[in-house]
Amino acid sequence: MNPTESSATRATAAVQGTLLCHHCGDVCDSADIAIGGLAFCCNGCKTVYELLSAKNLCTYYSVDQAMPGLTPKDHLYTRRYEFLDDESVAAQLLDFSDGDMAVATFNVPAMHCSSCIWLLERMNSLHPGVLKSQVHFPRKEVTITWRRSAITLREVVVLMTSIGYEPLISLQSAVEKRRHSTNRQLYYRIGIAGFAFGNVMLLSFPEYLAPIGTLPAHFRAFFGIVNLALSIPVFFYSCWEFFRPAWIGLKQRHLPIDVPISLGIVMLFGRSVYEILSQTGPGFLDSFCGLIFFMLIGRIFQKKSYDALSFERDFRSYFPLWVTLKDQDREQSIPLTKLKVGDRIVVRNLELIPADAVLLRGEANVDYSFVTGESTLVPKRSGDMIYAGGRQSGQAIELEVLKDISQSYLTRLWNNDVFTKDADVRLPLLINNISKYFTAVVIAIAFIAGAFWLGVGAGAATMVFTAVLIVACPCALALSSPFAFGSAQRIFGNNQLYVKNTETIEALSRIDTVVFDKTGTLTRASLPSVEYHGTPLTPDERMKIKSLARQSAHALSRQLFSTLEGPAGLPVTGYDEAAGKGIAALVDGAMVRIGSRSWTGAPADAVLPPQEHSAVYVAIDGSVRGVFSVANNYRKGLDTLAATLRERYTCVVLSGDDDREEATLRGFFGPETELRFSQTPEDKMRRIMELRAEGRHVLMVGDGLNDAGALKAAQVGVSVSEDINTFSPACDAILSADRFHAFPRFLRYAASSMTIVHTSFAISFAYNIVGLTFAVMGLLSPLVSAILMPVSSVSVVAFTTVATRLMAKREGLH
Amino acid sequence: MDVMFVLIGFSLLVALVFLGAFLWAVRSGQYEDQYTPSVRMLFEEKRPAESIESTKEDAIQTEYRSKE
Repeated sequence: MNPTESSATRATAAVQGTLLCHHCGDVCDSADIAIGGLAFCCNGCKTVYELLSAKNLCTYYSVDQAMPGLTPKDHLYTRRYEFLDDESVAAQLLDFSDGDMAVATFNVPAMHCSSCIWLLERMNSLHPGVLKSQVHFPRKEVTITWRRSAITLREVVVLMTSIGYEPLISLQSAVEKRRHSTNRQLYYRIGIAGFAFGNVMLLSFPEYLAPIGTLPAHFRAFFGIVNLALSIPVFFYSCWEFFRPAWIGLKQRHLPIDVPISLGIVMLFGRSVYEILSQTGPGFLDSFCGLIFFMLIGRIFQKKSYDALSFERDFRSYFPLWVTLKDQDREQSIPLTKLKVGDRIVVRNLELIPADAVLLRGEANVDYSFVTGESTLVPKRSGDMIYAGGRQSGQAIELEVLKDISQSYLTRLWNNDVFTKDADVRLPLLINNISKYFTAVVIAIAFIAGAFWLGVGAGAATMVFTAVLIVACPCALALSSPFAFGSAQRIFGNNQLYVKNTETIEALSRIDTVVFDKTGTLTRASLPSVEYHGTPLTPDERMKIKSLARQSAHALSRQLFSTLEGPAGLPVTGYDEAAGKGIAALVDGAMVRIGSRSWTGAPADAVLPPQEHSAVYVAIDGSVRGVFSVANNYRKGLDTLAATLRERYTCVVLSGDDDREEATLRGFFGPETELRFSQTPEDKMRRIMELRAEGRHVLMVGDGLNDAGALKAAQVGVSVSEDINTFSPACDAILSADRFHAFPRFLRYAASSMTIVHTSFAISFAYNIVGLTFAVMGLLSPLVSAILMPVSSVSVVAFTTVATRLMAKREGLH
Repeated sequence: MDVMFVLIGFSLLVALVFLGAFLWAVRSGQYEDQYTPSVRMLFEEKRPAESIESTKEDAIQTEYRSKE
């Protein structure tokens, strides 16, 4: 349960005086499950509490908010982790191992508050074999060290799962291993530049303050040499941050902004070295170090990343590492990568189907919510084809693999060129566009001014030529977009739109076409409305159904329970739950069955709910009473959202479903909007490419893995997610579903940050004109440069930072 | 006035010490996670008594992290 939702539940519950679970804070339906006056919502929560209290770890409940707990998965099936006993798997997952000692880092998406940190760092109290555990909260990771003789890798994972913190172990995490911190080097560079900047400036002061010629020559020489010594590491180490992209750009025949920057830097440093060594002047080393320092800070500001979120996930993140292979009558675990066509595999309850396969034995109920965002179970019979990506719900099934993993219906999407091509499908950045003309103009001015001064002398001409290149160094220009988009990115983050990088904001500001997926994007997967059709229910019957529904953790039962009015305290005996089918029990003496048609024995011609609904049939004492139809709801605020977007953008809706909801969608999007139904993942991707071929700037808003191709093909792909930490295919931005209605505001804000960047470009051009005037006239002294350069940089940074905040306020973002 | 040379030498030395401290802090991973330690330091009770192994294993973990 996500924290905002839970605090809201708590607030309402506190008003109504409802019992809240001591562990997880969910509403308790009754005080039945309790220990010593503390109520729990389910047995899972109670078990965790017992475990923690036995180990004296109840501080957990008072570290941060009250009731921080997570409900452990009901179906903890420990054999699911058997593959972890395999040495080769362990080798992939361990960070380090030394004889008896092992270290591994686990990703725990469920981590959400300081209590989680507290408990996870006390795993050694839960099991003596665990020596140490350390949390990296922003990455939602915990690094655990344990003794292999006392506890195995599998037992560590099961231990974490048993207290509600199930680690995410996937193919991708094993393949990619660990992300290294690229920022570390940038910090070193900033540290060195900052150190040099402070000292060089101090040592340059005498030169500025002493009246000309009064500074003794040996002082001047000494200051010059020390300044030079301090600046050398800045030039050769810190500046590499600009030289490298400039060099790469030149090799690829581009002129990124780093090229004119590097040109300016080299001129600045070269001329300073010359002046100091020839003792003709003090050089510009203070400006040089300050400039590098400011620009590096700009870089780090731009590099804000959301450690806990991954924008690069493909299907491998969701697929299991190992599958159970059935060979004759023996079952063995094999790595997913070794799965071949024709293999027979066993897929158990809640396991993912890894490849397109045919069902051999067992009854399959496949939940494709991973793929489509829709939470309906699809029943399959022996001989049916099952697509990869579904989750089996119910008994174990046996399948024969029909296609390779990479060739399956869903996964072959990733073979498309879109996924292999890199960033060059994007729009060129404005700054790099400007850079082209800027470089040409500056070099032209430098030559013209130099030629003009040739009349005076070759020395004067060189001075003016270098002065032009120095003063035109586009540092203010280079600082404006990192700071404007960097601030915008933080503001988006505060409002739960997590943008991958600052380039995405620029791309967002230029969008003219918005493409939506339907299921899971325009509609929400949870909180559907429930309607009842059939023989009217008496209050007593309603109470029986509600009492039964309370027993089950299934999404549909939960919805039924929360919508049915009245109390639910009837005694339930002989409870039976068949996953994927339904539940049944003796409730107050009456046999109540709720679930699928076959489960309740409803005739084939029983009342059918409208097609877009899931059906839950009810039978009491053998007679079918009727059916609850659970409908998908459109997201809150969709009407205003659609109306606002239609004014400025071309909207398109691509739905994987058939056209039964066309009328509803027309109501939202009006007659001019293109609506396409029954679209396969490839269709969606192809349509986006067509739109781009028409020269449109496309924004795709989707959610499931079936949108992955379209998200990638669009200039900007935004993935809408109910819980930002658990699920999102590769994209450029992740939008929390409860902020979906604010989406037009986000787009408007991206456009205003672009305006801010334009304005700050104008400001920095103004400074450049002033500086160039000095330079062309041969008046650029170190003092002028030392004042002009920092002032221009600081004023651009101040302007963009203040302006982005003001704009955010105007849009109602915070 | 020539004492300035010595003074400047000293001031640079002091500054170098701070630069060294900063570089060490980055190297030891203090800039990797800027959030968790701020929470951890506020936890009240002491960690359960640490055994000799745990110091050894601390060293291993630190060594591992610095290799990153």
